[in-house]
Amino acid sequence: MKQEYNFSRRFFLKTSSALGALAFIPKGVKAFYEEVKNFIVPKKEQLPLTVSINKKSYAIKADTRTTLLDLLREELNLTGAKKGCDHGQCGACTVHIDGERALSCLTLAAMVPGKQVTTIEGLANGDQLHPMQQAFLACDGFQCGYCTPGQIMSAVACVKEGHTKSVAEIKEFMSGNLCRCGAYNGIVESIQKVAAS
Amino acid sequence: MRPFLFSKTTALDQALAKKNATTQFIAGGTNLVDLMKKHIAEPESLVDITSTLSTKIEPNAKGLQIGAMVRNTALANDATILAKYPLVSKAVLAGASPQIRNMASTGGNLLQRTRCPYFYDITAPCNKRKPGSGCSAIAGENRMNAIVGYSEQCVAVHPSDLCVALAALDATVIARDKTGKSVSIPFKDFHRLPGTTPNLDNNLSANAIIQSVHLNENTFAKNYAYVKLRDRDSYAFALVSVAAALNLSGNKIVEARLASGGVAHKPWRWLEAEQFLKGKTANAATFEAAANIAIKGLKPLAHNGFKVPMLKGAIETALQQCLNP
Repeated sequence: MKQEYNFSRRFFLKTSSALGALAFIPKGVKAFYEEVKNFIVPKKEQLPLTVSINKKSYAIKADTRTTLLDLLREELNLTGAKKGCDHGQCGACTVHIDGERALSCLTLAAMVPGKQVTTIEGLANGDQLHPMQQAFLACDGFQCGYCTPGQIMSAVACVKEGHTKSVAEIKEFMSGNLCRCGAYNGIVESIQKVAAS
Repeated sequence: MRPFLFSKTTALDQALAKKNATTQFIAGGTNLVDLMKKHIAEPESLVDITSTLSTKIEPNAKGLQIGAMVRNTALANDATILAKYPLVSKAVLAGASPQIRNMASTGGNLLQRTRCPYFYDITAPCNKRKPGSGCSAIAGENRMNAIVGYSEQCVAVHPSDLCVALAALDATVIARDKTGKSVSIPFKDFHRLPGTTPNLDNNLSANAIIQSVHLNENTFAKNYAYVKLRDRDSYAFALVSVAAALNLSGNKIVEARLASGGVAHKPWRWLEAEQFLKGKTANAATFEAAANIAIKGLKPLAHNGFKVPMLKGAIETALQQCLNP
């Protein structure tokens, strides 16, 4: 997307040649340049973070801008949670934070230390699939599978919260997870199956 | 996202000391992180206030105090809210998705920015995002926009459902200003109309922090309704919403409250219709007459004329539902 910057091309050429010339100038001026640069250029910050994902602790350094979703996918290679819209509209990135479903794309990694995060990778018990994973297989709860990790994390929470009294209630409390393939009937069935067992 | 510095506070004075024009507080982040990704909010530093503000819902002498950090889900499920202020719960559950309600805070809900598509499109002029640049919506695609209280400069609507219920129940916003002084703002004065300063959403003073929302004891726990009409059944912003509450004595209306979302720059109270309902018999004819009073003089834009009859129907339905909540 096009961004609006307050700097013109001329400003860029002028300042960059001026800054280039600064390389030949004594230390005091360089210090002044550093000061100006710090004033103009946004400050990036790397934060040391200790996060708990699927009962495993990770110590990692991350830019303040890193979302939990990017931390999982890009830094920790936990690519189960998916980036669908990255704006909190599709639910593909749903994980559990302290046992409650949340959107990892709208959660800053910097705000996660001290909390327990569970992703789709942490749901199964070894080779034993979680009942909800089994149900999704049994009831055709997916087609392409892209939204599925988010759907399953949301579905597990939906059952835990007890919002399974009717199809209408399940649909309402699963509305934060979109499925472009339209596997909704299978998803509702999966939830009913787990809720009944 | 523009790079920013990050810190976390645990005390109110600490948070207030850090706050300035280029620093923003973050709580749930469900709106702010999104706005930062789109370069609409570009703070130089963020202060995490999730451990600074109260997560408690506590009764006090005059009613109920809701901590600013109470998450939407906790608010909707709270036993006292359900028993004494069920309209609040109903409105919260009509908004967003379970994931977002688990994250979003009460204070943050009040401070949500508009969802006007032109506010979100940084290539388009928008007086709210960039004062003086013009309003793209007024002559653009404006089916989601305001039908009342707007100005030449802005036709955006406030997106919150919770705030519609809080407006109907005459809540009070308790805040701390930068100097540490406690301020209380009646809900009707909290959000602003756009006028010539659509960049300002509310009357919270610069660098202040919302501490809690206060609800007075009321007589609306029995006959209430929240009707929300939208493009899909769930997880969408309102085209039109109505919070209605009646205090009935037999079949007579002692007092009525009517507020709407999706119609104006702030949660909108239909005061004239409320006044009309007072003392009347609660029946379909009365409700229709009240709805007609509410829609009188509305000025829809080119693409949202449908909101007027929709609002009329929503008011009648909501008042009817009050009789059988």
